[in-house]
Amino acid sequence: MNPEIIKQHGLTEKEYQNILDIMGREPTMVELGVFSVMWSEHCSYKSSKIYLKGLPTKGKQVVCGPGENAGVVDIGDGLVVVFKMESHNHPSMIEPFQGAATGVGGILRDVFTMGARPIALLNSLRFGAANHPKTNHLINGVVAGIAGYGNCMGIPTVGGEVYFEDCYNGNILVNAMCVGVARKEKIFYAKAGGIGNPVIYVGSKTGRDGIHGATMASDVFEEGSEEKRPTVQVGDPFTEKLVLEACLELMNGKDVVGIQDMGAAGLTCSSLELAGKGHVGIEMDLSKVPLRETAMTPYEIMLSESQERMFFVAKKGTEKKILKLFEKWDLDAAVVGKVIKGQNVFVYHEGQLVGTLPTMPITECAPMYKRPVKKPDYLEKLNDVNVGAQFIAPENKAGRDESRPYGNILKKLLSSPNIASKKWVYRQYDHMVGTNTAVIPGSDAAVMRLKEPHTGGRKTKKGLALTSDCNSRYCYLDPKRGAMIAVAEAARNIVCSGGKPLATTDCLNFGSPENPGVMWQFREALKGMGEACKALNTPIVSGNVSFYNESPDGAIYPTPTIGMVGVLDDVSKHVTQWFKNVGDVVVLLGDDLKKVKDELGGSEYLKVIHQKVAGMPPKIDLKKEKVLQNTCLEAIKKGLIQSAHDCSEGGLAVALAESCFTGPKSLGVAVDVGVGPRAYPDKGDHGGSPLQAISLLFSETQSRILVSVKEKDVEKLLRLAKQKKCPSVILGQVIENDFVFSDLISVPVEQLKDCWENGLERAIS
Amino acid sequence: MKFGIITFPGSNCDWDCYHVVTNVLKQKAQFIWHKEAKLPKVDVVVIPGGFSYGDYLRTGAVARFSPVMQEVIRFAGSGGKVIGICNGFQVLTESGLLPGVLMRNTGLKFVCENTPLQVVNNHSQFSKKFDLKQNVMILIAHGEGNYFADNETLKRLEGEGQVVFRYLKNPNGSLNDIAGIINDRGNILGMMPHPERCMESILSNEAREDGKKVFESLL
Repeated sequence: MNPEIIKQHGLTEKEYQNILDIMGREPTMVELGVFSVMWSEHCSYKSSKIYLKGLPTKGKQVVCGPGENAGVVDIGDGLVVVFKMESHNHPSMIEPFQGAATGVGGILRDVFTMGARPIALLNSLRFGAANHPKTNHLINGVVAGIAGYGNCMGIPTVGGEVYFEDCYNGNILVNAMCVGVARKEKIFYAKAGGIGNPVIYVGSKTGRDGIHGATMASDVFEEGSEEKRPTVQVGDPFTEKLVLEACLELMNGKDVVGIQDMGAAGLTCSSLELAGKGHVGIEMDLSKVPLRETAMTPYEIMLSESQERMFFVAKKGTEKKILKLFEKWDLDAAVVGKVIKGQNVFVYHEGQLVGTLPTMPITECAPMYKRPVKKPDYLEKLNDVNVGAQFIAPENKAGRDESRPYGNILKKLLSSPNIASKKWVYRQYDHMVGTNTAVIPGSDAAVMRLKEPHTGGRKTKKGLALTSDCNSRYCYLDPKRGAMIAVAEAARNIVCSGGKPLATTDCLNFGSPENPGVMWQFREALKGMGEACKALNTPIVSGNVSFYNESPDGAIYPTPTIGMVGVLDDVSKHVTQWFKNVGDVVVLLGDDLKKVKDELGGSEYLKVIHQKVAGMPPKIDLKKEKVLQNTCLEAIKKGLIQSAHDCSEGGLAVALAESCFTGPKSLGVAVDVGVGPRAYPDKGDHGGSPLQAISLLFSETQSRILVSVKEKDVEKLLRLAKQKKCPSVILGQVIENDFVFSDLISVPVEQLKDCWENGLERAIS
Repeated sequence: MKFGIITFPGSNCDWDCYHVVTNVLKQKAQFIWHKEAKLPKVDVVVIPGGFSYGDYLRTGAVARFSPVMQEVIRFAGSGGKVIGICNGFQVLTESGLLPGVLMRNTGLKFVCENTPLQVVNNHSQFSKKFDLKQNVMILIAHGEGNYFADNETLKRLEGEGQVVFRYLKNPNGSLNDIAGIINDRGNILGMMPHPERCMESILSNEAREDGKKVFESLL
């Protein structure tokens, strides 16, 4: 084999030697292609596997953890939730519409392959700076692509996040999450079995699109990466809708033995997985595969990543019945092979054996690397910055200034596209189709009710709370702490909606694993993620690793996106983030504000006002977090809570403002927590300094939830908090029209709302 | 009362319609597969939202040729009641059962949001439970809801009181802010907003049930 060809396949010399050892001869071109994709970073997790092994994946609620198409969690009433998040970063950077669309298509298939009906989609999107020349084109394409696919499928897109940060200028992130529901006993796995059983192909015809997509996703972006556009697949949501309905109808019966969708590495990956997991062999004839183009070679057929295709093993004798079912849905389907003894996949084409693929060595003996790890140099420099002293303290010298424009700072933060309303994005998504969405995008978490037919006919009062979270700026400044916060915040969002956090899916977006600094970030982030998931009892049940997110400008911030699912015992008791009634009392849970922390490191304040990403991210104490979440959830269960909102980017002031205007009707708030000498008499001159005020308003101190309660319930809530040892403080009251924060800010809510509502569109246009 | 709900392969609001008819209105409902060449006995035919046959060409352009639509045309011709919601409205105009056409939204984007409407005709079979000039909030979710008809047709629609719902904040460029119309005989309604999504207070933050009256008017 020509070394140039081996290199083109992204294989190292050592890996090729390994192939020679396994095969005992030179591989054919088909075999080389198969090894190349199966051993790509994207499919084999060769750099990440040793760290992934350490993650907490078990719990009473877990039915199926990582390793299958999606994670499965028990929610009671005979129902399970099936969910996963996956990246489609590289294709979306090259071709935003199709890249994002097929990302949605792929994650949907992962969920319905397991027999679950998808009920919701979420997306975590990260673009470069809002004013970067490419951003407008990319966000328009990505959002339209997601909308085009999800809307047509009739699966509502109900939540997610959108962030803008310079580090994504040359490498955007598109992470799609899908959540489905199934009856507990009707879960399907990618496991072949039963010698002689037919192997059936259904869905779109196979074309030349997407060949080596997985290999592309395992490379960094360089000059000329646009030339890789042909490796991006083209989505056809209508066909996927047919495949979804037909497969669910089929799986409702008893004829399917094992099933696997064709995603990355297409027919190669699905046949090897089915055979490998079932400890059997498969014999298949590529001449029988429905083709879109003429004269396709076996190499191309095996490696095509054409979308909307499924591969499954059925019980012998059911072939006719099954093909008839697919005919009803006007789908191409064909019996392409059968299950055989042994552990090889034999690939035939026009009567010739073109490849012999030993399943075990390819899947189980894929390379596993312990890449070099080194703490990157940038950290010390950035972490050592004393944010308060360096950026805000100089203002101290002027002493306390009554006219300080804190209101203007708040307006700037609310206008920041990271904080501003994402309505421009989610109004393009059909977030109501299926009529299950109880809380639409824009609150802390989306809430879904579960009704027939989505439950396969089972009745339940339960609901799901869904969210995705990650502040990658925190992860850049401290990957471990940042990842912990991502998990804690996801769980907190679920709690704010009245849900009990159940389990986690992750999408780990990092730079090149060949860079020791990136591997250090990866290791640290996984440590933090694991610790937090363990402490909060939200095991990781599925996920995805996306390395090589780099452009000539460097690696992206480490971005371990967390997707989380929680359950509500009674969906009608869900809570939203906005204030409900004038006169309700506003209480902060998790903090008594006796000591205001200067936790402005990595904050949105520091970025927007001082254009800096520096310092240490806020501290997180998982024990305190757990206490806070338990307290809030119990208060919600007791019916004490009118609204609950997590304090995150932008701190307390932004959380308060959002609670005023994110609901159907805007309200105001009057907060009276003294600042300055009145509140901190022992602090002398320092009391009431700008640093003090800014920290109070905009520090992103963790483990805090802003709630509003009826006046008659205040005492009950405070008593509950005290009993749970959860700090709390009364902040003020819900009023009409105005946002008043002690003597620091007083502005009409409408002005704040205008900044928030239009911030995103103004920033990107 | 029995509702027949047409299911094209790309329909995705068929189950939502079935749900509100059976669980909210407590009426009977039955799905009708697009390949059916004969309608079962039903009182109302609902053509639900979705993407009938993918709608890659022009929304509803393929659906008009489906076997079931020939039957729906016959059913409507004999005075049977037909509601087309969203994609259903598009199919109805393509089939010639309602005048005009639904073009791409002027903003060129799909729009999904609660939208204020005004009821401008409360004499129709589909709107008699509303008050005249009543303002209601019903969700829209479409990329091609921009109603267009030639001047003469528009004049006729307005003159004959065939416009039933008008947008208060036009989201898509529709002429005369048209959100829903009936045919001259008054037995066919087409509307872009989704009443079936606004019939249960638990949904979509706003706790309103304004869509209910469209269906209740028929009972």
